Amino acid sequence: MSGYTLQALYADDDHLMKAVRETRDQDHHISEVYTPFPVHGLDKAAGLKETRMAITAFLYGLVGFGVAVWMMNFMMIEDWPRNIGGKPSFTFFQNMPAFVPIMFELTVFFAAHLMVITFYMRSKIWPFKQAENPDPRTTDDHFVMEVETDKENIQDVAEFLHSTGAKEVDLKR
Amino acid sequence: MILIVLGLIGVSAGFLSTPNNVKEVKQQMEASHGGHSDGHSSAQQNDGATSKDEHQVGEHHADEKSHAEHAYTFLKNKPWSALFVSLLFFLFISLGAFVFYVIQHVSQAGWSPVLFRVMEAISKYIVPGGVLVYVFLVLSSLHLNHLFVWMDPEIVANDEVIQEKSGYLNIPFFLIRAAIYIGGWILFQRLITRNENKQDDGYDQSLYKKNITYSVLFLAFFAITESMASWDWIMSIDTHWFSTLMGWFVFASMFVSGITTIALITVHLKSIGYLQFVNNSHIHDLAKFMFGISIFWTYLWFAQFMLIWYANMPEEAVYYVTRMEDYQLLFLGSVALNFVFPLLILMNSDFKRVNWIVTFAGIIILVGHYINFYLMIMPGTVAGQWSISFAEIGALLLVGGIFLYITFNALSKKALEPVNNPLIKESKQYHY
Repeated sequence: MSGYTLQALYADDDHLMKAVRETRDQDHHISEVYTPFPVHGLDKAAGLKETRMAITAFLYGLVGFGVAVWMMNFMMIEDWPRNIGGKPSFTFFQNMPAFVPIMFELTVFFAAHLMVITFYMRSKIWPFKQAENPDPRTTDDHFVMEVETDKENIQDVAEFLHSTGAKEVDLKR
Repeated sequence: MILIVLGLIGVSAGFLSTPNNVKEVKQQMEASHGGHSDGHSSAQQNDGATSKDEHQVGEHHADEKSHAEHAYTFLKNKPWSALFVSLLFFLFISLGAFVFYVIQHVSQAGWSPVLFRVMEAISKYIVPGGVLVYVFLVLSSLHLNHLFVWMDPEIVANDEVIQEKSGYLNIPFFLIRAAIYIGGWILFQRLITRNENKQDDGYDQSLYKKNITYSVLFLAFFAITESMASWDWIMSIDTHWFSTLMGWFVFASMFVSGITTIALITVHLKSIGYLQFVNNSHIHDLAKFMFGISIFWTYLWFAQFMLIWYANMPEEAVYYVTRMEDYQLLFLGSVALNFVFPLLILMNSDFKRVNWIVTFAGIIILVGHYINFYLMIMPGTVAGQWSISFAEIGALLLVGGIFLYITFNALSKKALEPVNNPLIKESKQYHY
């Protein structure tokens, strides 16, 4: 890491998208982009890696499914055998239709909650965390792109950022 | 064009198989006549599941004789049922595709107009398909077959449950209702696609707006008629049994089959060089619907099954008892094909963009939903006497051939791009 970060402020998401593409074409390193709302296609333009959230969701779902199967088997068959629907078979498989809604719900429950928690952890946000966005205007109607550079190139990069349509360019303190 | 040749091959394969159909009818009649006169020997050979019951009541020869008579009726029903399954399956495919098409109008969807010509071509089969089903229902009500037991006055005379239902289930009202459903579907299909095709001659917003109004009207009409059609044509086969979920269940099946057929034909047209303006985002969206509606079908399938299983009331449970005992492979197999395979194959986002995977999943879904319709009709008409023989395959090829011929013929007649649709530009640029 070079240690110096320039913040370019844009007033429009189309300007931002254009600037992101041009900046990457010039081989400058974009460290972060702050936007007040999700900008469609920004992830691809900024060259982010594909999210692996879908894979975790699938695995969490499997965990939830497994927990449900184990739980229903323990509660309704082993620990306290129940006569379900007037069919006292006391086996897991023959009572299985009654457990399907629980399996489904716990699959969804585990996938959804663990995915949210994973997302928090990956994004490094937790309760009482201070906001990181560099300029309050990025929560309203402006967009900030942060570009890393080294000492010798600061002026060149700042001029380049101006040429991409930035409204302001600041050096991050 | 290659398409027409393909369609013609389909049709001729279908027509060539019809003699088999007729022969099969005769063979079966002879076989069951033999069974009738010789006693029960041949009937027993044909029938694995019920022969167990026969062993249990081995002494009662009267029972065996009546069993042979039953088997005879069932075997006589078999080719008719096979034809009925195929006729309904393909009519519902084209109806499902048409409903999907109409929903695109109502929601003014921006992504889908590039696929309109494919959907219109599939929906064109509603006209001949509807007429064929109607002819079949008329033949049934003339007592040429015994698919619908409530049509038989002798049975009704001895059956209080059917007597109570006869205010609704009687032949004249049944045929009038069928005429209203099919007539209405055909009318709306003609009206909406005609307006859409007129726009090719020049941009006209009033046609587009008119189509939205017609589409809303069609959806309201369809919601009612589709439910009633599924009671009349499918649920009334098991006359004593009823399910308030039947309309939705049939709808889920026809909707997913229709969308799958749209996807299959689109992928096929793309692979032979047409529809170049359809990109993989469009295929992705169709595959999402295939995935989603497959899950929806499973949800309804299970909702229907679980309530009946849980309550365990004999008059309801008998529906599933027949299917579990005589059709176990198909019954569980249909869930595997319609739920497990689409779930696992189409879950991955990238897989939904790969043409051969979508084709593979699509074929599995169509086979699964053919079996679904088979399972809704066959147990009530042929009971344990089912098999997949010339009658079933012949009927499938014949009706499928007509369906493909009509569809590809319709495709070859028009430009594949609806140039003047207001949303066509958005649709072409559509990118996920």
